[in-house]
Amino acid sequence: MLRTRVIPCLLLKDRGLVKTVKFRDPTYLGDPINIVKIFNDKEVDELVFLDITATVENRRPPFDLLSKITSECFMPLGYGGGVRHLEDIRKLLNLGVEKVAVNSYAVENPLFIKAAADQAGSQSIVASIDVKANRLGEYEVYTHSGQKATGLHPVKLAIEMEEQGAGELLLNSIDRDGTMQGYDLELIRQVSRAVTIPVVASGGAATIQHLAEVVKQGGASAAAAGSMFVFQGPRRAVLISYPSSQELRATFGD
Amino acid sequence: MLKKVSAASAISSDPAIIEAADKLILPGVGAFDDGMKNLTERGLTELLNVQVLQRKKPILGLCLGMQLFTRRSEEGQLPGLSWMNAETVRFKFDEPNPQLKIPHMGWNTLQIRHPHPLLADLGADARFYFVHSYHVSCADVGNVLAETNYGYDFASVVVRENILGAQFHPEKSHKFGMGLLKNFAERV
Repeated sequence: MLRTRVIPCLLLKDRGLVKTVKFRDPTYLGDPINIVKIFNDKEVDELVFLDITATVENRRPPFDLLSKITSECFMPLGYGGGVRHLEDIRKLLNLGVEKVAVNSYAVENPLFIKAAADQAGSQSIVASIDVKANRLGEYEVYTHSGQKATGLHPVKLAIEMEEQGAGELLLNSIDRDGTMQGYDLELIRQVSRAVTIPVVASGGAATIQHLAEVVKQGGASAAAAGSMFVFQGPRRAVLISYPSSQELRATFGD
Repeated sequence: MLKKVSAASAISSDPAIIEAADKLILPGVGAFDDGMKNLTERGLTELLNVQVLQRKKPILGLCLGMQLFTRRSEEGQLPGLSWMNAETVRFKFDEPNPQLKIPHMGWNTLQIRHPHPLLADLGADARFYFVHSYHVSCADVGNVLAETNYGYDFASVVVRENILGAQFHPEKSHKFGMGLLKNFAERV
């Protein structure tokens, strides 16, 4: 039986790992290679790395760092940040990255998703969608690490991304990011219902119950989390953790 | 990962290196016809036929690599290597089920049908990472070493004499995949 994936989502900034709250105030966690080694020892299902300053600084992906990371990674790895060239996608996949996430450029040029899926196969192309409530209280897609409003509703963009050939959606709630108050189930539900490709929910998880909730009630295929796997206790001390395989099986019943 | 199991290995399409190797691994991602075309254009089809069918070198096909061992695939037009009496077919479910997305992607387990050194001592909790829309369907159930359930049971590890195939990605499957590659390097 296929198991529900639980995915640590790690943020890169200036070659270090950080964790944000509502996409702001990055707290430094440590060296990415060390942290990958720890997650590798914990046998995580999958890892996602997002370079949160690549697009805003108009940089391409940090290939040399990613090549060090993939040589320590014996699990599937996703990467997002500054991806706007087919050549870069090819390079990332050759480095051993399993999935490439496109965010800002997917909004600017949706046909890029189609070209990327034609070249690499849908299973390797993830459309990453960042959402927050706008001044009217409606869900709206933001790009450039949450800095740029697009006027798009996430459901509309999700459907378009599926049509262009994205194999998976990474759906992030900016309002819940780092808050550890649980996922935005309403957002996840709206998007999951609108598409047939897997939706990976992100933003807000603090407990294993949150992970179960977003799958069972939100309709997500997989649960991603940041703070939950890197912080410990009310003072948010940096400590890498991940539920055991037994805990996950008991939670998801698979 | 092969380095971690202390197996000397080289990634190569060079006929001399392939001839000199004791064992071969045929990995593969992408489409069936592209895979066959790549092998043919590099002049490797004939070479592999000699190495595998006449010299009986152990070969392990992974994912698309395993599918290329079959006669044909619903994914393409070109004939496969036809080393196994099997075809590659797309996942097809009797009833549409939104939970059964294609590709079958993620961690799943093996039900071992026949014991084999390749699958020895992997542990009761062994799980492997899969990403595929097509799977191998064997005419001879004797060729099926292990099955995996996704909507129904499909062949996830196959064998014919020195020819072995796994549908999942051991290189992405933590210590479980490492165990399988170590078995291939040391016990097969």
